[in-house]
Amino acid sequence: MKSLILSLLTATLATSALAADKVGVGFIYVGPKDDYGYNQAHAEGCAGVQQLSWVKGVEEASVPETTAVQETMRNMINLDGALIVFPTSFGYFDPHILKVAKQYPKVQFLHCGGMYTEGKHPANVGSYFGYIDEAVYISGIVAGHATKSSKLGFIAAKPIPQVLRNINAFALGARSVNPKATVQVIFTGEWSMPVKEAEAATSLINQGVDVLTCHVDSPKVILETAERRGIYVTGYHANGIKLAPKGYLTGAEWNWSKVYTDYAEAVKAGKSLAAGTIPHLVRGGLKEGFVKVSAYGPAASEAAKKDADAAKAKFMDGSMVIFKGPLKDNTGKEILPAGKELKQQALELEAMGWLVEGVVGSTKN
Amino acid sequence: MTSESIGWWGVVLGILAGAVRGGTPFLLVSLGECLTEKSGKINLGLEGTLLMGAMSAYAVSYKTGSPWAGVAAAGATGALMGALHALLVSRPKVNDIAAGIAMLIFGTGCAFFLSKPYIQPSAPQLPAVALGGWSQVAQVQAALRISPLFFLGVAVAFALQWFFRATRWGMHVRAVGDSPAAARAMGISVGRTRFLAIMAGSALGGIGGAHLTLFYPGAWTEAISSGQGLMAVALVIFARWNPVQCLWASLLFGGAQAVGPSLQAVGISTGYYLWNASPYILTLLVMVLTCSRKRTLVGAPGALGSPS
Repeated sequence: MKSLILSLLTATLATSALAADKVGVGFIYVGPKDDYGYNQAHAEGCAGVQQLSWVKGVEEASVPETTAVQETMRNMINLDGALIVFPTSFGYFDPHILKVAKQYPKVQFLHCGGMYTEGKHPANVGSYFGYIDEAVYISGIVAGHATKSSKLGFIAAKPIPQVLRNINAFALGARSVNPKATVQVIFTGEWSMPVKEAEAATSLINQGVDVLTCHVDSPKVILETAERRGIYVTGYHANGIKLAPKGYLTGAEWNWSKVYTDYAEAVKAGKSLAAGTIPHLVRGGLKEGFVKVSAYGPAASEAAKKDADAAKAKFMDGSMVIFKGPLKDNTGKEILPAGKELKQQALELEAMGWLVEGVVGSTKN
Repeated sequence: MTSESIGWWGVVLGILAGAVRGGTPFLLVSLGECLTEKSGKINLGLEGTLLMGAMSAYAVSYKTGSPWAGVAAAGATGALMGALHALLVSRPKVNDIAAGIAMLIFGTGCAFFLSKPYIQPSAPQLPAVALGGWSQVAQVQAALRISPLFFLGVAVAFALQWFFRATRWGMHVRAVGDSPAAARAMGISVGRTRFLAIMAGSALGGIGGAHLTLFYPGAWTEAISSGQGLMAVALVIFARWNPVQCLWASLLFGGAQAVGPSLQAVGISTGYYLWNASPYILTLLVMVLTCSRKRTLVGAPGALGSPS
C-alpha cells in the first residue's frame, strides 16, 4: 500500500514536471560547488544551462562516491523528474551510474570522462570530455614568455594519462616560444591535499621556479601560495584571478554550460542516447567551445598575448596540432618521428604514459 | 621576483622550514591531547575539533578582519567541543573511544556544514614573525617567516612540562590520571579536573586549526586537515606523554612531510609515494627502537581510558 501511494505520488510529481513542459536536469558534485576547481566548473555549467527558461536544474554537492550517489540519482529522477543526470565525479561511474541507469532506461545518464564502452554499458549512458590540453598549451605559451629563470613548475595529483597530457601540453606550449624553458613536476599523490600542495609550491619556488601551474581538484592553495611569494601562475578548472590578482597570467577553464545546453536541447527535441540520436561519446576543444582560456591577467606581456592569440586562432580553425614529430620523451626516446602527428582524437593520446623533453620528472611511482 | 636556485640546500631548507610550518598543527593538537590523556581520558575527536577550529578561525577572521579574533574564536570553539566531549565521557558507562569517534564525525560534519559560505573568500592572515632579516637569500627569508602560533606552541610545551612537574594543579591532573581513587581520597574532584583538562586540551586543538587556515597553507578547504588531528593523537603515544617530546615529535613529522615535495623539486622523482609515507615509517622505527621489554607503553597514565 505504502509503495502504491509512493508511486502515485512520484507519478504525480513527474507529470507535474512534464505538464509545465520543463526538462529536469540533475547535477551531482563530489565536493563543494565553489571550490575554484573541478566542481565549481561543473556548477558554472549548471548555472549556464539554467539560463534556458524551460530547464529545471537540481543540484547536490559533496556527494561521496558510494551508494549515496545512487540515492541522489534516484531522488533526482523520482522526486524532481530529472530526464538527464550529470553525476560529474570520476568514481560515480562504476558501479553506481551503471546500476541506476539499468533501472531507469528512459533517463539519460551522462558522465564526465571517457569510460563508456559500447556493448558493455547500458545504452542510456554516455561520456563527454573536453580537450583541455589545448587551453593548457596556450597557458604554456604565456608562461614561457613570463618566466625569467626559464623554470616552470607543475603540481600534479597523479601520473595518469589526462594529467600527463596537460603537463606535456604546458611544456610544449612554453617551449614553442622559449626553447630553454623546463617544467619541473611534483606529484602529490592525491587529488586534494592542501598542505602537501602548499609544500610542493614552496619547494618549487625555492628552486627558482617563477611560473606555477597545477592539475589538482582545487588550485586555491597553490594560487594563493604563489601570489604570496610574488611569482606568476596559470590557472586550471576555473578562473582564479581573484586569488592571485597580481600574478595570474591566464588559465585553462572548462566551459560546461555549452556542453550541458547542447544535451538539454537534444533531449527537448526528443533525442536520446538509446535511440542513437545523441552520440555516446562527445569530445571537443577550444573550437567546439568545450574549454576556454581565462582572460589575460595584468602580468601577461603584449608579446605573450600576441603569440597566445595566434595559437588560439589556429586551434579555432583546426590547423593546430599539439603532439607532432619530431617529438622525444624526457629520457631521449623517440615518441613521434618527423612528419608524423597525433590529432586530438588519437587514442594513443588517451593512453599517454610519457613526459616530453623539457619536463623534469618521472611517471613512475 | 625570485632569486637564484639554491639546489640541494633547498631540500635541507625545505625540511627544516617544513618542520616548523607543517609541525605547528601537530604540536598544538598533540599538546592538547597530552593534557587530556594525563587526566586519564582520551579524546579522539580532536580531528573534528581541529576542523572546527580551522573553520571558525577563517570565518571570524573574514567577518571581523582580525586574524587574532579568529584565533580566539578557534580556541573558544575548541573549548566548547571539549566541554561536550567531557560531558559525554563523564557519564557512567560511556566509553572515551566511542564518544571520541562520534565527536570526530560530529566536528567534521559541523565544520563542513557551517563552512559553505567561506570556501570562496580570502580571510586576513596572521602576521608572520620574520626572523630572516639577516640573510640576503630570498628563500631563507621566506623559510624564516614563522607562525606566531608556533611560538605559542613551544611556550605551551615547556609550560606544560613545568606545570605537570612542579605545580599543585599539575600534580592534581597527574593524580587523577594515574589513580582516580587515590586522587578522590585526597579530596580532588576527579570529574572537575578531567572536565577542565579536556576543555583546555580541546581549545589547544582548535588553535592548531587556526594555524592551518590563517597561516599555512592559509585557506579553508574541506581537505585542510586530512587526518592531521588523528596523527597528532597518535604522536602523544609516540612522545610518551611528555610535552617537550611532543614538540620534537611534531617537528619530526612536519619535516618528514616536506621530504617528498622538496626531493621532487630537485628532480628526485622516483618513489614519491614512499617518500610521502616517510613520517609513518619513521614513527614505526622510533617505536621499535625505543620500546621497553619490561613494560608496555612507558609513561602512560595509569587510569588512561578506564571509566572514572
